[in-house]
Amino acid sequence: MSTRLASGGRLLNKGRALNFTFNGKRLNGFEGDTLASALLANDQMMVGRSFKYHRPRGVVASGAEEPNALFNMGEGETFEPNQRATTTELFDGLTCTSQNHWPSLEFDVGAINNKLFSRFLTAGFYYKMFIHPRPLWKHVYEPFIRQSAGLGKAPKDRDADKYEHFYAFTDVLVIGGGVAGLQAARAAGASGAKVMLIEQTAHWGGRAPVDGGTVDGAPVDKFVDEIVSELETMPNVTMRNRMMGAGVYDHGYVLGYERVNDHQPEVGGIRHRLWRIRATQIVTATGAIERPLSFAGNDLPGVMLAASIRDYAVNFGVSAGDRTVVVTNNDDAYRTAITLKNMGLDVPVILDARPDGGGDLALQARELGIRVENGKGIAKVKGGKRVEGVAICSQAGEGAVLEEIACDAVAMSGGWSPVVHLWSHCGGKLIWDEAQAHFRPDVDKAPTDATGEAFVIAAGSANGTLDLAGILTDADAAGKAAAKATGHTPKRKAAPKAEAEEANAMEATWLMPQGATIKLRMKSWLDFQNDVKVSDIQLAAREGFESVEHAKRYTTLGMATDQGKLSNINGLAILSDALNQPIPQTGTTTFRPPYTPISMASIAGEARGEIFQPIRRTPMQDWHEENGAFFEPVGAWRRAYTYQKPGESVENAVIREIDQTRDKLGLLDASTLGKIIVKGPDAGKFLDMLYTNMMSTLKPGRCRYGLMCTENGFLTDDGVVARIDEETFLCHTTTGGAETIHGHMEEWLQTEWWDWKVYTANVTEQYGQIAVVGPKARIALEKLTDDDISAEALAFMAFKDITLAGIPARAYRISFSGELSYEIAVAAGQARALWDALLEAGAEFGITPYGTEALHVMRAEKGFIMIGDETDGTVIPQDLNMQWAISKKKEDFLGKRAQERTFMADPNRWKLVGLDTLDGSVLPEGAYAVAEGNNANGQRNTQGRVTSTYYSPTLKRGIAMALVHNGPDRMGDVIDIPKVDGTVIKAKIVDPIFYDKDGEKQNV
Amino acid sequence: MLILECPCCGVVGEETEFAGGGEAHLKRFGPGSSEENFHDYLFAKENPKGVHFERWRHANGCGKWFHAARNTVTLEVYGTYSAQTYEPPQEIKDKVSAKVPGWSWREFA
Amino acid sequence: MKRYSAFAVAREALGNHMGWERAWASPEPKKKYDVIIIGAGGHGLATAYYLGKNHGITNVAILEKGWLGGGNTGRNTTIIRSNYLQDPSAAIYEKARSLYETLSQDLNYNVMFSPRGVMMLAQTQHEVRGYERTAHANALQGVKTEFITPARVKELVPIINLDGPRYPVLGALWQARGGTARHDAVAWGYARACSAMGMDVIQKCEVTGVRTVDGKVQGVTTNRGDIDCEKLGVVVAGHSGHVADMAGFRLPIESVTLQALVSEPIKPCMDVVVMANTVHGYMSQSDKGEMVIGGGTDGSNNYTQRGSFHHIEETVRALVETFPMVSRLKMLRQWGGIVDITGDRSPMLSKTPVENMFINCGWGTGGFKAIPGSGWGFAELVAKGYSPLTEEFGIDRFKEGRFIDESGAAGVAH
Repeated sequence: MSTRLASGGRLLNKGRALNFTFNGKRLNGFEGDTLASALLANDQMMVGRSFKYHRPRGVVASGAEEPNALFNMGEGETFEPNQRATTTELFDGLTCTSQNHWPSLEFDVGAINNKLFSRFLTAGFYYKMFIHPRPLWKHVYEPFIRQSAGLGKAPKDRDADKYEHFYAFTDVLVIGGGVAGLQAARAAGASGAKVMLIEQTAHWGGRAPVDGGTVDGAPVDKFVDEIVSELETMPNVTMRNRMMGAGVYDHGYVLGYERVNDHQPEVGGIRHRLWRIRATQIVTATGAIERPLSFAGNDLPGVMLAASIRDYAVNFGVSAGDRTVVVTNNDDAYRTAITLKNMGLDVPVILDARPDGGGDLALQARELGIRVENGKGIAKVKGGKRVEGVAICSQAGEGAVLEEIACDAVAMSGGWSPVVHLWSHCGGKLIWDEAQAHFRPDVDKAPTDATGEAFVIAAGSANGTLDLAGILTDADAAGKAAAKATGHTPKRKAAPKAEAEEANAMEATWLMPQGATIKLRMKSWLDFQNDVKVSDIQLAAREGFESVEHAKRYTTLGMATDQGKLSNINGLAILSDALNQPIPQTGTTTFRPPYTPISMASIAGEARGEIFQPIRRTPMQDWHEENGAFFEPVGAWRRAYTYQKPGESVENAVIREIDQTRDKLGLLDASTLGKIIVKGPDAGKFLDMLYTNMMSTLKPGRCRYGLMCTENGFLTDDGVVARIDEETFLCHTTTGGAETIHGHMEEWLQTEWWDWKVYTANVTEQYGQIAVVGPKARIALEKLTDDDISAEALAFMAFKDITLAGIPARAYRISFSGELSYEIAVAAGQARALWDALLEAGAEFGITPYGTEALHVMRAEKGFIMIGDETDGTVIPQDLNMQWAISKKKEDFLGKRAQERTFMADPNRWKLVGLDTLDGSVLPEGAYAVAEGNNANGQRNTQGRVTSTYYSPTLKRGIAMALVHNGPDRMGDVIDIPKVDGTVIKAKIVDPIFYDKDGEKQNV
Repeated sequence: MLILECPCCGVVGEETEFAGGGEAHLKRFGPGSSEENFHDYLFAKENPKGVHFERWRHANGCGKWFHAARNTVTLEVYGTYSAQTYEPPQEIKDKVSAKVPGWSWREFA
Repeated sequence: MKRYSAFAVAREALGNHMGWERAWASPEPKKKYDVIIIGAGGHGLATAYYLGKNHGITNVAILEKGWLGGGNTGRNTTIIRSNYLQDPSAAIYEKARSLYETLSQDLNYNVMFSPRGVMMLAQTQHEVRGYERTAHANALQGVKTEFITPARVKELVPIINLDGPRYPVLGALWQARGGTARHDAVAWGYARACSAMGMDVIQKCEVTGVRTVDGKVQGVTTNRGDIDCEKLGVVVAGHSGHVADMAGFRLPIESVTLQALVSEPIKPCMDVVVMANTVHGYMSQSDKGEMVIGGGTDGSNNYTQRGSFHHIEETVRALVETFPMVSRLKMLRQWGGIVDITGDRSPMLSKTPVENMFINCGWGTGGFKAIPGSGWGFAELVAKGYSPLTEEFGIDRFKEGRFIDESGAAGVAH
């Protein structure tokens, strides 16, 4: 059984016991435990079920590579699935449950997959089965597969925690706080470069203190303490632990994922912090990951990585078992045997797959009295829900059992793979190291930055240097090289020296025994979480899935939540063997960020709810909010759609607003309209290019409605242009268009007509703008001004600077409603005061603020087009019968050449008309007018479509605008417009101006 | 996440400060131009695998448009320069030549 | 070719699965083919398949510079829908969708087409109008869609937040027979079927030149020698401009990165595909349980299959806002693909200036859903020189000013 030992536990504070709950059981651990170590200390060897076969799963590893120990953690608003126990620090009150089983971990119905069906559920079985009968896939097979897959439960509640983003800029970023990272940071820091050192765990020194050794004559843990103290005193060095380098992106951009308070949720505050780090040079001192060995039953709970068993013993004082068999192809695993033996535990045998066995460490083991068998391996692990023993065989054979040995844990080591993820994220290439049987960074093919220079340096075991002495030398060089690349001069201090020990070379062992029978291979796991076995990869190869990507996708190898940290190299070695080609020719799959999964919440950061996107507010926004506005989002603004009185429906509110405005007086907050100043000697010439109309002939003091097209000919924006003086124009744009149009103007001015003397400024938010609309508009305004705003003094399509309610204002006499109308622009800071003054002055006329819907209905009654309704990016001004707005005199304007193209000049284009339904009903939004027959693809032919449709309170019936084939020539024709349910509404083609055709109301 | 230097205000900024504007050094064809020329002007972009001259706007900064010479495969930025020019400055072209011998982009080399 | 079935799986299980044959052959290129298709992605393989199935042309090679299905076919978010606005788009996407319905049976390969429904949220009045218009257009195009109420949205997607303070959900365009499929399986299934018809699927065969005589295609030059053909179909997505360049013409294409990501797997929590265009994000849940998430494209020309992280941030932010529970999931993996975008963001399936050379590209961010329809139409175009499905997607439309623009329905994302 796994248990807590009396000795050991360098990371524990045994003075502080912590309580936690696992599957409803109350258990104890200590401060400093991980959830995994605490579970092992409580003999909870089995921790979950695998994805496909629902086989029992135990903790395999002690770090980020763990594929099995994943839990549902927390409850309610802090619930989270798939939390990795090996990287979860224990805290008091932690609750978790195991995943992917029903009804319980111990008894899982899904395990029937393992017992009965595993023979069938090989790689690719999904693709070969469930083909017939067709409806069953969606309704039976797929739901069943979905339900049995999926690991953790789905969270239900809104997240109660807080997250934030930080920026950091540094010369050198060192990722990984093991001895390599520490030394690299020290070497870089000594040069004076700005250094940031990050470490994903809570501790510095990585696994060196567990592995032991001496540096400059002192034990390595003392060396770690000293170097940490030294770094802490260096002002140019920043150190942060519990922060993972999640991804390396182009131009030296690195994502740092800091788990600020995961280990102490009771503190509150920020849970995770996402760092956006810009580093000139990055040192990846990310260490290496031990590989499992592929033998039958290697997935049973109790079979663990050798170094992880050592970690649990030394760091947490936890033994994985009383009797641990060690199986290895390299010297490092001997450390585990030695450690366990020294702690008083039993190691019945070390099985070394190498015929010649190990070096110094093997000698030490033998001296401790441990039995060592060279050239031997495991034929099979015995046991059901956990290890009960191993059957020993010759590595060279096919698995004939030589001997069975009882044990309750197996420590396996298949060699070490450098963590090359961060090196690879941004294009760093790898080379195959035959001697160590792993891929390591190819220093000649590093990722390159904005200047084309290498910006990542791998250091220590991440660079394929696995011995302590080599690691320190390599890391020292990496730190110095990084500093130098940032323009600093490294100190000429030598690297610390570690004592080297004589090790025998590891020997690649991809399958154990090397000639394992198919029966054994079908029980030899590569991917523990996704249930991919040696036989699956071999099957994929046989079926032609020869690319490593094909094999991965066909078998799902490496696609689990650990992203193949344990399985990828073993899998592609098996694949290479099956294809009879060298491993480098097979290559690796692509390493993608993040290194380990990071919370979506941290990616989203603070921007949620109200501040998901900033809301632009007009000066009158408070008033709208206080007066029943029903808002609609328009661009970044929220505009009042209508203002509901208590008990009033939205529809009735709109009708009331229109009636009041047409009858007496309405008020509109038009501040969101874009306002762009265009100024300079060439301003007129510029606007002539920008608008289809002639703007240069506009007289100061006058306004002109203009259309803007893209260079591709399509109508993109419209608005009223006012000529302020000889050199100055103010262009109004649509609400959504202000920024785009300003950018569009600047692009033309800066990239095409840069010699034209024109300046532009987007002053949209500098002005508040209020439309005063209705028959009583003039009288109401006259109450607030001494200036002459009579029809003569301020004619239609003119503007005038006046003082209104004591506020300097510019009054434009323009109308989008067909009523007598003034749009008043004042400095934004005074707009609310004017709004209030207008409400007061208009009170006697029943002044009624109206929203965007009333605005839309009134403009449609007048046949005015609306960008976004009558246009959709495919409409040209000619379609809207707006030839009057297209200057014939101009040789050129943006869009003119485009509109000469055959399809745009085609007389058969759909054109703007009005529609009157014969029954007076309101046509549905976006309905089409049908024509006879079907097209070549069997689609019903059409002859037009509705672009705007409203109930007109003024006319007391439905009105619509539409684009209809030859429409203007077909006045009086009746066309059929089907609703989605197929019933047809008949509508007569009419003039699109439904109200006050002669403009008598607006011209008073 | 690119880093670009705005040649107008001198700021070295994150990609989030900038907005890409597509191919640079376009020669505009207006009314009277041939169908071919007009089509190519609007649509036939170089879209090279390699050296690209392109427009950027320092949209969340000084607001100015400028040009960048950038590699679409390595993402190396050879330099940024004023948009008020008909062709890349010699200095930029030299820099590209040093890194990508034998390159050409439309009529530039 | 041995047929796949539950029975076959059971039979092979008895032999420990040692009896399965190759899904597709690995032939050496011949000297000459009737038709060469460059690009063994979904579109290229589907084209070859329908050339054989519908037109009896089986002397076909499909050349792939890497591994089949390794481009955008294998790196998209697998959404299948046909609720497009414009007639030509609706026709080809609906053809594709309807072929997906029976594709597993046609190919004898389970592509796991899951018609679970696709929902496009309307979060502004403008979007409401746009989707109502699409629903009307679809009704006449034979595409079954409807505009549904927020209450119905909630019923179909319980994890959605209807009342986001910024963009409340006002309704949605709902296509009940839209859904997802297993992307790799689509490529594999077509490849297996092509191989079974005697076609040569040739991987690791990179085309380095297109040979023409008197403006007529003769064949291609590859890293495995010259190969002649009567007709050449180019179906290489983001690399189309590059191949066109070899044949001496330019295409109105720009290549940019589109990124996607998946969460860690969780138990089923969302049965439909949801797209939210106002906030730029879309999400579905794979059969494995991962939430599959995508957003908008990056903003500059890029051939790296990597993108900028701020786009991922924007997408995730949008989805956390729309589905608050996403907040407590973790991002497992992010990746990018190179998408080929045309001047109107609609594809080109067209003859080219080179006689007997045809191009199928420009699917941009939405190609996966079109694969069977694209293959069907393009095969017809290659075989007969005309297809009603591809008629409107010619290269010349840009010269004529005849665009197939879908942005009017706010349906810009895929």
